[in-house]
Amino acid sequence: MKQKKWIALTAILVLSLILSACGSKDTSSSGQSSNGNNKEELSGKIVIGGSTALQPLAAAAAAEFMKEHPKVQIEVQGGGSGAGLSEVSNGNFDIGMSDVFAESKSNIDASQLKDYKVAVVGMTAAVNKEAGIKKLSKEDLIKVFTGKVKNWSEVGGKNVKITLVNRPDGSGTRATFDEFALDKQTPAEGITQDSSNTVKKIVNETPGAIGYLALSYFNDDSIVKLAIDGTDATEDNVASGKFPVWAYEHMYTKGDPKPLVKAFIDYMMADPVQSNIVPAQGYLSVTKMQVERNAEGKLTNK
Amino acid sequence: MENKSVVVQMPSSPNNEGRSLIQNNKKWTSIFNRNSEWRGKIWIYGSAIFVILSVIAITLFLTVQGLRSFVVDHINVIDFITGTEWYPDRAENPSYGALPFIFGSLMVTILAAMLAAPFAIGSALFMTELAPKWGQKVLQPVIEILVGIPSVVYGFIGLSVIVPFMRDHVGGSGFSLLSGALVVGVMILPTITSISADAVRAVSNDLRSASYALGATKWQTIYRVVLPAAKSTLITAIVLGMARAFGEALAVQMVIGNARNLPNAISDPSATLTTIITLSMGHSTAGSVLNDVLWSLGLILLIISYGFILLIRFISRRGQVS
Repeated sequence: MKQKKWIALTAILVLSLILSACGSKDTSSSGQSSNGNNKEELSGKIVIGGSTALQPLAAAAAAEFMKEHPKVQIEVQGGGSGAGLSEVSNGNFDIGMSDVFAESKSNIDASQLKDYKVAVVGMTAAVNKEAGIKKLSKEDLIKVFTGKVKNWSEVGGKNVKITLVNRPDGSGTRATFDEFALDKQTPAEGITQDSSNTVKKIVNETPGAIGYLALSYFNDDSIVKLAIDGTDATEDNVASGKFPVWAYEHMYTKGDPKPLVKAFIDYMMADPVQSNIVPAQGYLSVTKMQVERNAEGKLTNK
Repeated sequence: MENKSVVVQMPSSPNNEGRSLIQNNKKWTSIFNRNSEWRGKIWIYGSAIFVILSVIAITLFLTVQGLRSFVVDHINVIDFITGTEWYPDRAENPSYGALPFIFGSLMVTILAAMLAAPFAIGSALFMTELAPKWGQKVLQPVIEILVGIPSVVYGFIGLSVIVPFMRDHVGGSGFSLLSGALVVGVMILPTITSISADAVRAVSNDLRSASYALGATKWQTIYRVVLPAAKSTLITAIVLGMARAFGEALAVQMVIGNARNLPNAISDPSATLTTIITLSMGHSTAGSVLNDVLWSLGLILLIISYGFILLIRFISRRGQVS
């Protein structure tokens, strides 16, 4: 009996070895063909990773791209903007996704990287309903976030204590909000949360809470979308440059991309993705922007 | 065992020279033999070496990475450990003070142990002394279920139930040290309970019989005889629970608020070493100062965890002597 068991076990082992060998053969052959014929039919593998904010958009576009080119395999990972920039610089990712300009990370050699701005994300402060605030001047917003004002009644709201909800150090959302909504002032201490959904939940449930979110999260009336300096945070106002708090979503490649990677990035920037998938995922299309911004934050008309 | 193998080989050797050859041969091919000593030895020694090597590798890696912020980025170690301001991303004069997180980690751990230990030891006593049968049937599975719940579920329940409860009844935003300690306390309850139950079971029945013979009641026996006899293992159980609480990240991150200053009260938001690491790691680029100081926080975590293990060793050694 025992011997039979052993025979069965070894048989399974041998079988699985053969199978796995077959599997590895498969992948190696597809890898070879990717080097050969990329003019007729695209094939091969792309690894994309980084910003979790951009991840759903990249994944949706990748799914469509793979439908059109069945021999292409695209892997979209998360990891955060920092990981995206480091890994693309090291050559581990074909495309690194980032919420921030590579220039803003001191130890990344931005001159090595090629920047493709694939989408724009607008954001504004999200305020709990009980605060009784719908708009603020930038000056008052800075006072609120730097802790100079502790109660909403001091800036024209109800008598409710202010609770700040920040994002962690290094977060692209935080960097954008600090730079364009708070004029580079350092916000005071409060609750810190990373996930936009958690921030939304906290702002909704905590009386007097204020945080900041991408515009796509204001899809119901559980939180108040704050107007800054009398300008509503709408997509049109962001596109025309009237509303200042927005950022690019970047895809970086190391040097000039390989033909396959280039084909995918062209696909990302082209109309079907920009006018369907980008708005569906809650972003603004880059093609609609009437203004441009460089890494130093300087705004110019297109 | 070795004698036996020699005896087995004897008949198969026609002469002396040939015998040594065959023996040599047998040694190496015998790896494929089911009863071979060699196969067992390779597996067991291999596992032991693998475990030891991985501990050494993790320690070395974390030490090298964690020291970068002091060696490469020239941050003062003392300032790092005693500073209270954490602004690693500020453009002008960034500051790296990790004291609030060390304090937060220790406070959450101690508070969680204080909350969990009485319940854990109480239910351990219930399982072993008062209702062994019923306790085994009902309490044991309940505790096993508590172990099996993923920490993200604890965190989500904490965020949806404990935080609003704290906001309404304690005040503030509800995100606080206390909320974190409550969530972690429930998480370490099963660890302390099961080890405590083993400790109480290990107390010799002779001691109990002697106590009853002297006329002691059940409670007097538990309080004066069983608990003192099991003391050192009970303390080990609590310290092991604390070690687990110390390393917990996900559930704490969801309820503690992650404020980076020192809390003034138990109901203030705070942060721990683990929550700061998990919050910022993905946003930092490898080799940047922010990345390096996060590794340093990890190194501090490792050092304090080693401290917990040394403490357990020390306690159990003292327990053996008495």
